[in-house]
Amino acid sequence: MIKMLNVSKRYDNGVVAVSNMNLHIKKGDFIFLVGPSGAGKSTFIKMLLKEESATTGRVIVDDLDITKLHRRRVPELRRKIGVVFQDFRLLPNKTVYENIAFAMEITEAKPRDIRKHVPMVLSIVGLADKQKMYPDQLSGGEQQRVSIARAIINNPPILIADEPTGNLDPETSKEIMKLLLQINKRGTTVLMATHDKEIVDLMKQRVIAVEKGRVVRDEVGGRYGYAD
Amino acid sequence: MRIKSLGYNIRECFKNLWRNRMMSVASISSVAATLLILGIIFVLIVNISAMTQVAKDQFDTIQVYLEDDLAISDIEDIGTEIFKLQGVKDVIFETKEEALEKMKLDWDQNGYLLDGLESNPLPNSYIVILDDINYSDYIVMSIQDTEGIEEVKYYKEVIENIITMTEAIRKVGLFIMVVLIAISTFIISNTIKIAVHARRKEINIMKYVGATNWFIRGPFLLEGIVLGLIGAGIATTLIYIGYKYSYNAIMDQFYMFISAYLIRTQVIIKDVGFLFGIIGSGIGALGSIASLRKHLRV
Repeated sequence: MIKMLNVSKRYDNGVVAVSNMNLHIKKGDFIFLVGPSGAGKSTFIKMLLKEESATTGRVIVDDLDITKLHRRRVPELRRKIGVVFQDFRLLPNKTVYENIAFAMEITEAKPRDIRKHVPMVLSIVGLADKQKMYPDQLSGGEQQRVSIARAIINNPPILIADEPTGNLDPETSKEIMKLLLQINKRGTTVLMATHDKEIVDLMKQRVIAVEKGRVVRDEVGGRYGYAD
Repeated sequence: MRIKSLGYNIRECFKNLWRNRMMSVASISSVAATLLILGIIFVLIVNISAMTQVAKDQFDTIQVYLEDDLAISDIEDIGTEIFKLQGVKDVIFETKEEALEKMKLDWDQNGYLLDGLESNPLPNSYIVILDDINYSDYIVMSIQDTEGIEEVKYYKEVIENIITMTEAIRKVGLFIMVVLIAISTFIISNTIKIAVHARRKEINIMKYVGATNWFIRGPFLLEGIVLGLIGAGIATTLIYIGYKYSYNAIMDQFYMFISAYLIRTQVIIKDVGFLFGIIGSGIGALGSIASLRKHLRV
């Protein structure tokens, strides 16, 4: 599903964020991406989304070589990947329903399909009764659920979550993790960057640790492995 | 932008115009103000052009005076020769008797003075009417030295003055118009930039969800055009009211002959409306595309 072959990323200011990274992520994997701040996790995610391009090496996402992907085809790539952010990034002036429908409208989906799919996804994330509410009327956990619903509405093969529990309390975080695991069980490859030791140790999934732009550890059923 | 997303764009456009209504009002007034100034200049230029055209038409004749002792066949020959020249619309023969009559009429009450003349001192002449005033030099050159012609008279200086004046007014007006359009595009793009900035989160999310650039531009583009068109509508209305009022005022207070050269309100407002529509929507579209550029590079 995701392949990285000898990938390096050197920014214009000379900082080498990723150096010579090799990775293979299979379809249906659930992966924790861990490592200290500035280790290259964000650059790694940005490269998958083609927000940044690899300086050398090849990046392949869902059989699409995105190393030299034309700017025009970037939307095509991004529709393969659902993204969840730490800060939710919901539109405050749209209701829960509109926030999710928005992601479908962008793909020029039929209104009929939108009306059918949005309630379905809302019930998956357990917010069927809150579709008319605005984001500021929801709790943090609920907002993150909306953002997950938006990420999966177009059925992407990959879901990237960048510290999805960073702003949430431990109880809510566990609920969100349950939801992500449930989505993973339906066949979606999930890649989650996190600093949350407790969650990583609890879930016992494949853990990829990155330090100074290199993969230093890659183990199935791994632990967080850092002091905090 | 596919047809399917047209409904989405229109809905988004009006929703956003309403949500950012302060910004919308600012944009519309800025377009309207620019177009208003533009319109005033335009109206002035068009009217001055029309008036100079009328003035030019009054001076577009050449008078060719003939020698006194010509045979009738010679006179006719000269007439046909002149008529053959390029740019000549018509040639009218004026006998010395007719010329004297005309003079008497011109002198009006003092016309009786001419009755005392023993013989008619005025020559026979041809009045040459031109297609276009610009042919006058060429025609004068061609016939000046023809045998039997005593003198050629035309309003060279008057004509040249009118031509240079019209040209100057046109050039200055055009220059001011171009400058104004540039300024207003800048103002609009800044106004829309604020609207875009207010919605940068939305644009950012759209980029992450995989929206194409044209899809993101769509509502903003439509918004810019709608703003421009509303501004154009307001400016057109104001110009219409202002022009109608001035037109009537001039009609009432000044001599008929000035107002006869003014372009009628209904005629000018059609041109103004059309021009404003194009410039307004153009400014809006250009402004929104320019202000989005930075935000689409994610």
